Amino acid sequence: MSLLKVNNLKVYFPVKHGLFSRVKAHVKAVDGVSLHIEPGETLGLVGESGCGKTTLGRSIIRLIEPTSGTVEFDGEQITELSGGELRSSRRKFQMIFQDPYSSLNPRMTVGQIIGEAIDIHHLAANSVAKEARVQELLKAVGLDPIYAQRYPHEFSGGQRQRIGIARALAVEPKLIVCDEPVSALDVSVQAQIINLLKDLQVQKGLAYLFIAHDLAVVEHISQRVMVMYLGKVVELADSQKVCREPKHPYSQALISAVPVVDPDSKRQRIILPGDVPSPIDPPTGCVFHPRCPVAEARCKVESPALREITPGHWAACHLAK
Amino acid sequence: MGQFLIKRVLHMIPILLGVSLLTFLLLDLTPGDYFTALENNPQITKERLDQLRAKWHLDESWYVQYGYWIKNLWFANGKLGDLKSQWNKEADGRVWRVIKHAVMPDFGDSLQYKQPSSQLITLRLWNTFMLSLMAMILAWGIALPLGIWAAVKKDSWVDRSCSGIAFLGLSIPEILLGLLALMFAYSTGWFPIGGVESDMYYGVDEWSIPRLMDRFHHLLLPAAVLAASSLAGLMRQMRSNLLDTLRAEYVTTARAKGLGEGWVIYKHALRNAINPLLTIFGYSLAHLLSGAFIVENVMSWPGLGRLTLEALQQQDYPLVVAAVLMATALLMAGNFVADLLLAWSDPRIRLEK
Ligand SMILES: Nc1ncnc2c1ncn2[C@@H]1O[C@H](COP(=O)(O)OP(=O)(O)OP(=O)(O)O)[C@@H](O)[C@H]1O
Ligand SMILES: [Mg+2]
Repeated sequence: MSLLKVNNLKVYFPVKHGLFSRVKAHVKAVDGVSLHIEPGETLGLVGESGCGKTTLGRSIIRLIEPTSGTVEFDGEQITELSGGELRSSRRKFQMIFQDPYSSLNPRMTVGQIIGEAIDIHHLAANSVAKEARVQELLKAVGLDPIYAQRYPHEFSGGQRQRIGIARALAVEPKLIVCDEPVSALDVSVQAQIINLLKDLQVQKGLAYLFIAHDLAVVEHISQRVMVMYLGKVVELADSQKVCREPKHPYSQALISAVPVVDPDSKRQRIILPGDVPSPIDPPTGCVFHPRCPVAEARCKVESPALREITPGHWAACHLAK
Repeated sequence: MGQFLIKRVLHMIPILLGVSLLTFLLLDLTPGDYFTALENNPQITKERLDQLRAKWHLDESWYVQYGYWIKNLWFANGKLGDLKSQWNKEADGRVWRVIKHAVMPDFGDSLQYKQPSSQLITLRLWNTFMLSLMAMILAWGIALPLGIWAAVKKDSWVDRSCSGIAFLGLSIPEILLGLLALMFAYSTGWFPIGGVESDMYYGVDEWSIPRLMDRFHHLLLPAAVLAASSLAGLMRQMRSNLLDTLRAEYVTTARAKGLGEGWVIYKHALRNAINPLLTIFGYSLAHLLSGAFIVENVMSWPGLGRLTLEALQQQDYPLVVAAVLMATALLMAGNFVADLLLAWSDPRIRLEK
């Protein structure tokens, strides 16, 4: 049984105009996304900036209220939980944020930040046990336990991201949504954090929804990869398949943009014409057609469904074979 | 901490010196002096006026006057005799009394009241202090909860009405508001006009309940006028700060932990949103003092501001300088308190240097 099952999830943000805020339009940040994640698995999620990755990640764990669709986690309908039920369920799914600077409360010590989660879910019998647990968590993410007394501003970006990971681990979750956890960090530190996440996954059997816009990073950590464009899933398959033989023209363009080490590579960089269209007023038919190098007449009118092109390889394109 | 305090106090000295020097310069630039008004008096001869001016060094240039003023702070003529008479006055605590008289700076007697300026100021200072304190309590006590409410219920009718009121509050100047308040007091008769208390309590025990109530009654309207101006700004500030921190990522982190929304707002958003307001606290003291200056004059509240204005009109320079210095010291004390509050509330700020 899947750990997480997301079915036709939509998140529309109303765009307000003027003082009396009549709702005029909607940003279709996530538009009918379905996915599943198995226990202990990593699903990579890639796509250009603004395609709705963060919104999807947050709406799955209801940090943003979805407009419609269902999320089933560990046999529980997350989308139907009441406030109190949701809060106690939060122990099972956590999030690591993109910005390690702003995601830690500057006025709390590291010990307080990590300890708060333990308190909320009553995971320690007393304050001594809690402190021991905090120290253990800090050690688990490769930090000195004495750092519990310090404040976030005393740490480097990489160290803060480790604190963020320790904080997420504190409640022993089964799934962690990692929203670009390394894109704010130096390249050298990125590798350390990725390896830490991988190690922790093996030790604790964690599942990740790993968001990034850097395909190289995602390929390295994920079993399967999902490509998003303008709020929709355009391709979903094993990470090898997506990276070696992408089926969707958008994925092909994304992959061609990844720098390759092999100098003899015949790969040609595909430059997409134009910009990402506004998610307020997405194009008709296939949302990608205005920028698609191979678009046909029917792409303008007919929206392609996500279909299984080869076994386990899904793409939303009329022309994919 | 102790070192920090000493440093701050030492920093005050050059500032106070500079302010007093500037005051002398500005007084010199205004035409005439305290005795100009007497020139038209036929009973006072030109020689007598010259004598008087010489006595107060008003015939000298301003920096010489300033020099005399500095010297007289601690070494006025006849200080020794003064100390001797203090010693001889009474046996009890005579050592303490003499030390006090030797150390306390003497700002000179007011020309119009013929009383020590410091004495006059202490009397009035209390009134200004009460007015400012009450205004502050009113402003902060109303602005903070309203600002929080408006932020939490962003774009609701609460938020909109608060914005409307704030806009009104920001656009009406204190003078006009003071006059409106006077009209209001006059037409309804609900509030007394001017003064700190009714005449009938003259001589009644200072701390008797009816007298205190009467003082409070007198205080309420001027304090409300004074509070109104800072209230609007404060409320908007509170609202926007809280909106900022509510949007901050660590607030989302707290929600992700499973913390209840009330706690999220209080513990994570509000406490961080209050921080910038503590800096404003110091400045708001400055604002209150200048506001008090206007309100005191419009609403006849016998405070420091009114005293200063009267002294200025009379060109009663010892009183003017003493009053200005007092106001400066108050401002610096306000900033000092703001610094302490900030350091106490924000672990990123440490009191150093
Ligand atoms: N609270 C909001 N109100 C209105 N629009 C929003 C809101 N949050 C996100 N959006 C819009 O939804 C779309 C998707 O945003 P999202 O942050 O999910 O993108 P992203 O893929 O995470 O981008 P990035 O790679 O830059 O992080 C964007 O067009 C964004 O402007
Ligand atoms: Mg994002």
